[in-house]
Amino acid sequence: MLRNDIDREAYLRMCKIRGFEEAVTALITEGEVPGACHSSVGQEAAIVGACMALRNDDYVSGTHRSHGHPIGKGAALKPLMAEILGKATGVCKGRGGSMHLTDKSVGSIGESAIVGGGIPIATGAALTAQVKGTDQVALTFFGDGASNEGVLAECLNMAAVWKLPVIFFCENNGYAAVTPARDSHGQPDVARRADGYGIPGVVVDGQELDAVLEATRTAVARARAGEGPTLIEAKTYRFDEHCVGLFINGGYRTQDEVQFFIAERDPLQLFRQVMLDRGHGEDDINAIEAQARALVAEAVQFAKDSPYPAPEEAFELVHATPLATPIRR
Amino acid sequence: MTEQTTQRMTYLDALGLAQREELARDENVIIIGEDITLYAAGGAYGDIDSKRVRSAPISECGFAGMAVGAAITGLRPIVDLTIANFVYLASDPIINQAARLRYMTGGQFNVPVVYRASMWHSQANAAQHSDRPYPMFMNVPGLKVVCPATPEDAKGLLKAAIRDDDPVLVFEDNDLWGQKGEVPLDPEFVVPIGKARTHREGSDVTIVTVSGSLRFALKAADDLAKDGISVDLVDLRTVLPIDSETILNSLGKTGRIVIVDPAHRTCGAAAEIAAIVAEDGFDLLRKPVRRVVTPDVPIPFAPTMEKPLYPSREAIVAAVRSLM
Repeated sequence: MLRNDIDREAYLRMCKIRGFEEAVTALITEGEVPGACHSSVGQEAAIVGACMALRNDDYVSGTHRSHGHPIGKGAALKPLMAEILGKATGVCKGRGGSMHLTDKSVGSIGESAIVGGGIPIATGAALTAQVKGTDQVALTFFGDGASNEGVLAECLNMAAVWKLPVIFFCENNGYAAVTPARDSHGQPDVARRADGYGIPGVVVDGQELDAVLEATRTAVARARAGEGPTLIEAKTYRFDEHCVGLFINGGYRTQDEVQFFIAERDPLQLFRQVMLDRGHGEDDINAIEAQARALVAEAVQFAKDSPYPAPEEAFELVHATPLATPIRR
Repeated sequence: MTEQTTQRMTYLDALGLAQREELARDENVIIIGEDITLYAAGGAYGDIDSKRVRSAPISECGFAGMAVGAAITGLRPIVDLTIANFVYLASDPIINQAARLRYMTGGQFNVPVVYRASMWHSQANAAQHSDRPYPMFMNVPGLKVVCPATPEDAKGLLKAAIRDDDPVLVFEDNDLWGQKGEVPLDPEFVVPIGKARTHREGSDVTIVTVSGSLRFALKAADDLAKDGISVDLVDLRTVLPIDSETILNSLGKTGRIVIVDPAHRTCGAAAEIAAIVAEDGFDLLRKPVRRVVTPDVPIPFAPTMEKPLYPSREAIVAAVRSLM
């Protein structure tokens, strides 16, 4: 892809994530969304910068904050939005919901609501690529909170020992739910933990798409060459609360801090300026934004118009090979 | 002279043969486990493609989870967890990922992964090396759980598990590793998951066994036969799903049932079988259901305390006599 095309596609994907999350928030207000939702607003450059370094057949796993990752990987919005409303047309047929958006067709192999749960999934996908001798890579998104799960240490080590083609990508938004990273990390940089496993560890500004893209490309090239994993830490920021609509009465972060990031470090505004500086026309940029808005609006309409799954469908898709004794109702 | 169709071998060698046959049959089969290329139960695999046989660091949660990621992207991993208590370290990916990924993704993925765990009870290994944890996984929809009790079933059920497109837990009875029996050599021989096996036909009492209890029940049936008590002996083989049809058919012949299960009493496999009998076979019962199980105490080290806790030939005989 040419530089200009990459810019346009990256900006479109960021605008799709932003628009999608804003639409979900509106649907929550309307009472259309069962269960909890976690918004990726503010973290779009980290997600899209990482995904733009990957091919369609590369794998991505992620977290409970799951909407952005498949969109960043190129998934169609309609089945994602339908899933969030619990509809039969959802990408997971209404069985996963907001925390588990998964679209195999674009290499999205599972978002896990168990903190750190997606890490071994991607590491295992990288094992498949190595055993089968393909040149695919796998990337796992996880948060600063998951960096304190033991399974990260286990997988970093195994990936290093076996030189697996996997990228450990930490979206460090500074807070594990409402606990600041400074209160739960021995030192501020998750990426430095790579030293303990003899692999590269890189810190990037997660609000700057170019920085994320470049760091991930380097990691992907290393992985495809059979040289093993990389740990990337993107310093980013979550504009919304941990969970949309969750009111935290404790002041774990100041409004000044939140407003600073929204005003000064919005990844979409920052990249919009980068595009203008590179000579993209204002009209072209506006057209991309309009395209994203239209795709989101279509997705919302599709989701609203779709039927709910029938109660008896709960008994379908449990097993690939049906049980000798059927599941009792 | 016809070709040899079975060979006498140990339970452990039968498991090893199953793995070797499936590794040869399907290049997507891999094995992950600690020490496995140099030293492993059922034989080392250092001679097989090193990409497909992985000696893993001591990271059970990590490699049990990696096996799920590998399974949904095209491999068929066998994870050898060795001692069954270690399954607790691996239980997050087994329960939260392997059992649910197919369902939670709306059927986008199959999860063809096998977890082997060997139950090292009755050998003075104390409470952290002596568990029989299969009942905990019977409460996890999405899994299949097998407990082979003979060398033939060990081979056939492990092969069926490897070929199955769903996650299967294979709980081996370590006390049986050295037990010998005739094992089919046909590489296509498998034992269907979810089907119990009737070892003896009888008319007075049904004995349902789980895992290594079978060998005690066979001897108990001999003892009881001398008293003129005829036993219908059903080895469950698969504990999830339970073959309730075979159990109820047997109960229909006998009207009495003793369930022998080496797991602990509360919420064990025997408890679920008793519930099935109470719900669906109540009218068939001439006497109350009896369970021969391990009491709800941690397994002690000293053999004088440990040995009497498990189901035995004598305990089974006594339970049956109490119903006659």
